[in-house]
Amino acid sequence: MLLEVDDLAVAFRTADGTVNAVNGLSLRLEAGGTLAIVGESGSGKSQTAFAIMGLLARNGEATGSVRLDGKELLGLSPRELNKVRAAQAAMIFQDPMTSLNPYLRVGDQMAEVLTLHKGMSRREAMTESAAMLDAVRIPDAASRLRMYPHEFSGGMRQRIMIAMALLCRPRLLIADEPTTALDVTVQAQIMELLSEIRAEFGTAIVLITHDLGIVADTCERTVVMYGGRVMEQGATETLFERPSHPYTLGLLKAVPRLDIDQDELETIPGDPPDMSRLPKGCPFTPRCGFAMERCGRIQPPLTEWSGRLRACHADPEVVR
Amino acid sequence: MTLLQVRDLDVTFDIRPRGAWPWTPSDRLSAVADLSFDLEEGTTLGVVGESGSGKSTLARAIIGTVPATGGEILWDGTDLRKLSPRARRTHRREVQMIFQDPLAALNPRMNVGEIIAEPLRTHQPDVTSKQARAKASEMMERVGLLPNLINRYPHEFSGGQCQRIGIARALVLSPRLVICDEPVSALDVSVQAQVVNLLKRLQKEMGLSLIFIAHDLSVVKHISDRILVLYLGRQMEQGAARDVVRRPRHPYTQALISSVPIPDPKRERARKRPVLSGELPSPVNPPSGCVFRTRCPKAQPDCAVGRPPLLDVGDGHLVACPYQEVMETVA
Repeated sequence: MLLEVDDLAVAFRTADGTVNAVNGLSLRLEAGGTLAIVGESGSGKSQTAFAIMGLLARNGEATGSVRLDGKELLGLSPRELNKVRAAQAAMIFQDPMTSLNPYLRVGDQMAEVLTLHKGMSRREAMTESAAMLDAVRIPDAASRLRMYPHEFSGGMRQRIMIAMALLCRPRLLIADEPTTALDVTVQAQIMELLSEIRAEFGTAIVLITHDLGIVADTCERTVVMYGGRVMEQGATETLFERPSHPYTLGLLKAVPRLDIDQDELETIPGDPPDMSRLPKGCPFTPRCGFAMERCGRIQPPLTEWSGRLRACHADPEVVR
Repeated sequence: MTLLQVRDLDVTFDIRPRGAWPWTPSDRLSAVADLSFDLEEGTTLGVVGESGSGKSTLARAIIGTVPATGGEILWDGTDLRKLSPRARRTHRREVQMIFQDPLAALNPRMNVGEIIAEPLRTHQPDVTSKQARAKASEMMERVGLLPNLINRYPHEFSGGQCQRIGIARALVLSPRLVICDEPVSALDVSVQAQVVNLLKRLQKEMGLSLIFIAHDLSVVKHISDRILVLYLGRQMEQGAARDVVRRPRHPYTQALISSVPIPDPKRERARKRPVLSGELPSPVNPPSGCVFRTRCPKAQPDCAVGRPPLLDVGDGHLVACPYQEVMETVA
């Protein structure tokens, strides 16, 4: 196992008291595998990624266990974490413009990673950077090294981010909504690039997204989160073919489809949860069509059913 | 009845090249070119295209905040540029807009009641505050917000609720046309469906005409009667929503449709997905002939010569491509 997360919890101390952003999350990812974490705003999907990478805000604390290649990451000193972050795990973000330094040429930013982590000379680092830009299909890579981030389009910047993340050949790449800010045609290009990268470098990918479409296309396993908790998790095909949790079901039905004729879109009533005011039991209770009295009181445990894990009091046969 | 007729619309902007001498001529950026369509009263026109395709410029030209450099926009049969000042005020009242970022579109220092009633106060100055407030709370109910939240401020609402406030504000003057510029792309999936359904319901109740601008064809298909596909400011395809989505003919529409992933692993993996390579060319220096030819999988040498004519393939389905072929998209 490349990545093992057990009973991860993330809590933030705020002026309004403690906010539990993630509760009791466990997952496994094999080397070279793909995993999607799906959820809406406030589901805790991004905080999960930040906790794995040790990037939580200062008032946040992660408990439980995150092991990469058998090595425990939680509680590592910033120095040790820095080593892990470059060499073994890397992350790309939604908005590439805010992740790139606008004052530095792309080549300088990329070379810095290599001189710092791999002790390369500047010339070696530049050659390697150009090779990596080439690998993410940026045409005329050598001359692009001299350009600044603002001179690239959104799709190109995301390619640069991916190239930068891959410089030290990490075994794990976490992509946090990598295509949300992009056009659909560019999104398709970036997703294709990610799967090529995976084939070429054997990088395992954790894809964090709200878009069920790209999950269906690229990920072997899926974790569906809501209000900081796992609602359902299992093989992507299993979940999409027969969702057994009311939230997964609702989410799949709410997506407008091009390949089917729908008259009215089914909706999930209400709004995404307010994390500082969650119900005691299942966070989805206020929006759930199958909710029972105990749902608001007792958090349903994750139990196995038909090849996946689900956290719901309702009988899976009834949830359709 | 035809509410809006757009005829050969051109919108160009003058761009000063960086570091240009004062006497060097400006570059011409053609944001919209040769665009024609009709909008029937009570129907929805979906406008699709990538960023930079001229969708928002079109919206602004119809509202009248950007002047048309060529062609004409006929509102109720009258050219927008020839409206009398009084008629122009009526036009401003009858066309309203909903924006992409719901929170950014609301004044953070006004409460919901003030936000919703503001157009009313602008266009009907004799309305008393009491009437304005009553109207605002009526609108809130209409868009599915609790009227007792009328004194709250935008930051106290979720994204979906903010978009409802934006819709209430747009509808308070009972407009005839509402232009929705990417109204759901910043919202969560479960909330997107709510807002789309709300817009459809309100359209029926109030007899609105809508122009629905989005880059996501699956949402547009859902709400539109007709769809217009733009690329670099030129129309590629136009027709009844069903025809355009189910049997797209233009290579660009086909590429757009196959770029949208389907949330069904088996179907998705079985599907052929030609990924469009490259990026949008610069609108300052667009390709000659068909503007899409540089990324088109079917491009022929003669595509570089002359703008391809719009061919009518029946039922008002117009396609700007001589090498078009039907692609069936619904399984």
